[in-house]
Amino acid sequence: MLERGRPITSAELNRRADWIRLQTVDLIEQAGIGHYSSTFSCAEIIATLYYHVLRLRPDDPQWPDRDRFLLGKGHVATGLWPVLADLGYYPAEWLKQFGKIGSPLNDHPNMRLAPGIDFSSGSLGHNLSVATGIAYAGRLSNLDYRTFVLTGDGELQEGQVWEAAMAASHYRLGNLVAIVDANGFSGAGPTSDAMNIEPLATRFEAFGWRAVEIDGHDVDALTRTFDELPDPSSSQPTCVIARTRKGKGVAMMEESPQAWHLGLLSPRLRDRVVAEISGRMR
Amino acid sequence: MTQTEPKMVDVFSDVEIDTALATNAAGFAIAAMADTNPHIVTLTADLGAVLAEFRERHPARYIELGIAETNSVSVAAGLATCGYLPYIYSMAPFGILKCAEQIRTDLAYNHLPVRLVGRLTGLAMGIFGTSHHAVEDVAVARALTNMTVIAPADSNAVLSLMRSTEHHEGPIYVRISEGAGQVYAEPPAFEFGRWLRLRTGADVSLIGHGMGVGLAVRAAHELAARGVEADVYDAAFLKPYDADSIVDTVRRTGAVLTIEDHSEVGGLAGIVAETLGRNGVSARVGHVALPDEDLEVGVPADLYEYYGLTPAGVVNKALELVQL
Repeated sequence: MLERGRPITSAELNRRADWIRLQTVDLIEQAGIGHYSSTFSCAEIIATLYYHVLRLRPDDPQWPDRDRFLLGKGHVATGLWPVLADLGYYPAEWLKQFGKIGSPLNDHPNMRLAPGIDFSSGSLGHNLSVATGIAYAGRLSNLDYRTFVLTGDGELQEGQVWEAAMAASHYRLGNLVAIVDANGFSGAGPTSDAMNIEPLATRFEAFGWRAVEIDGHDVDALTRTFDELPDPSSSQPTCVIARTRKGKGVAMMEESPQAWHLGLLSPRLRDRVVAEISGRMR
Repeated sequence: MTQTEPKMVDVFSDVEIDTALATNAAGFAIAAMADTNPHIVTLTADLGAVLAEFRERHPARYIELGIAETNSVSVAAGLATCGYLPYIYSMAPFGILKCAEQIRTDLAYNHLPVRLVGRLTGLAMGIFGTSHHAVEDVAVARALTNMTVIAPADSNAVLSLMRSTEHHEGPIYVRISEGAGQVYAEPPAFEFGRWLRLRTGADVSLIGHGMGVGLAVRAAHELAARGVEADVYDAAFLKPYDADSIVDTVRRTGAVLTIEDHSEVGGLAGIVAETLGRNGVSARVGHVALPDEDLEVGVPADLYEYYGLTPAGVVNKALELVQL
């Protein structure tokens, strides 16, 4: 069993986040298209959750006491697949099937096909509601698991998110944690140019949540924030607003995050990106 | 296949409207089921009154979600992944049509056992305006892969069919028809996906679901008095539906009339026409259904009369068919 709060150094977590970026480059190349910059913005968040925070049993993916993780922003599943393989949910060979017909690993996760996926996603705005149901079930069953949801910031424009936010605080679900990958961009441009979602912390607080705002690439801040989560039996859901950069870790993507929301690196650019990330990992 | 003869009411001595439905057979059924099944939870979007019995007996398993239907479907999906069996009670125009995408993506694609109990279907809220009509719900629900769609004919059918929803993988829509006349004298025995034949006749097939069944049964008596013998079916299962019964009855009668308080698009009328076409069965085909146009607003009884959803309306359409 992987316990909560497993020891890991900051350097290792940073390296793990960059490894997620490299794996994402490979997977997207296999599929012929994919979401680079949205995955890169949450690489540290995924690394910290899976290598430090979550209580898991990869050999028993349906274990009732496991902490749940829902990928609300399902379009970044390329960042999750290598992690789940690394933790032993399925053989690493599965990654080679990514993008092919019949592969259990899709561009957006499907809970019926991939072990370790607690809920399918792809249609934005659903997963905070689903997580509210899972957290409620934890209360009914007297289990102390936590339920985490990673949402995009553009996803918060979906009205259903706020229906869920209302319900989660109404039912005092302190076992529920929403993490907003606030990278400031949606597919078509800056998120709040399309529809202002700020001030995020104030909005969640107004819905009865505890809100924490941190640098989403600072693994120490992430670790500390998750370590200091209130007990699952507490009565207020937590929203971690992780301020991130879309395309983080690759200079040209940080400069033009939108251009790399969805795309495919040419072989030349791929080599440049891989060299930039690998150089940091040495 | 042999079928147990369903015990039916005498349509001429019993009251026209099934008052037990108005007093909420679906609410009583779920309270009784939850007595023996600790995994059953109920959710509603501001329709808690229907679940008074359940709330009294199982308060911890009643989850009110306010006027937020889409959220209730996704919350139920989460509960279902943890081993619970959620029944969502909602007004059909909102609980089904507004939530079509959540039902598809969260429930149907994931094969999750969530039950959608739709109250106030068809024109049951006809006086409130077209926003409150639920006349496309069957078309939408049956287009979704992995869905089961059930439309009980009366309160006894509700009791029987609700029990059948307890052990089944995948989501189920139970379409409660408030305006139905009583058909069964006791809860009939259904086989999953099969229709009950309620009457045998060689001249015309009458197939209804929900309130359409009571209309078909009453119309068949009237038709018999005019020398026309109807083969009558309760199409309680709209997905999966009973293609064998459609082909069998129409091969014998050569004429079929479907009866439903649903749009003529995508409901039982479509099911029967598609099945006949796919099986190469040539027949005279008609439907009593709601036209694909802006519907009138009024009290249900007036609307049923206006659109021919009455025994007389069914008789007239059936006579037209057999006299063609």
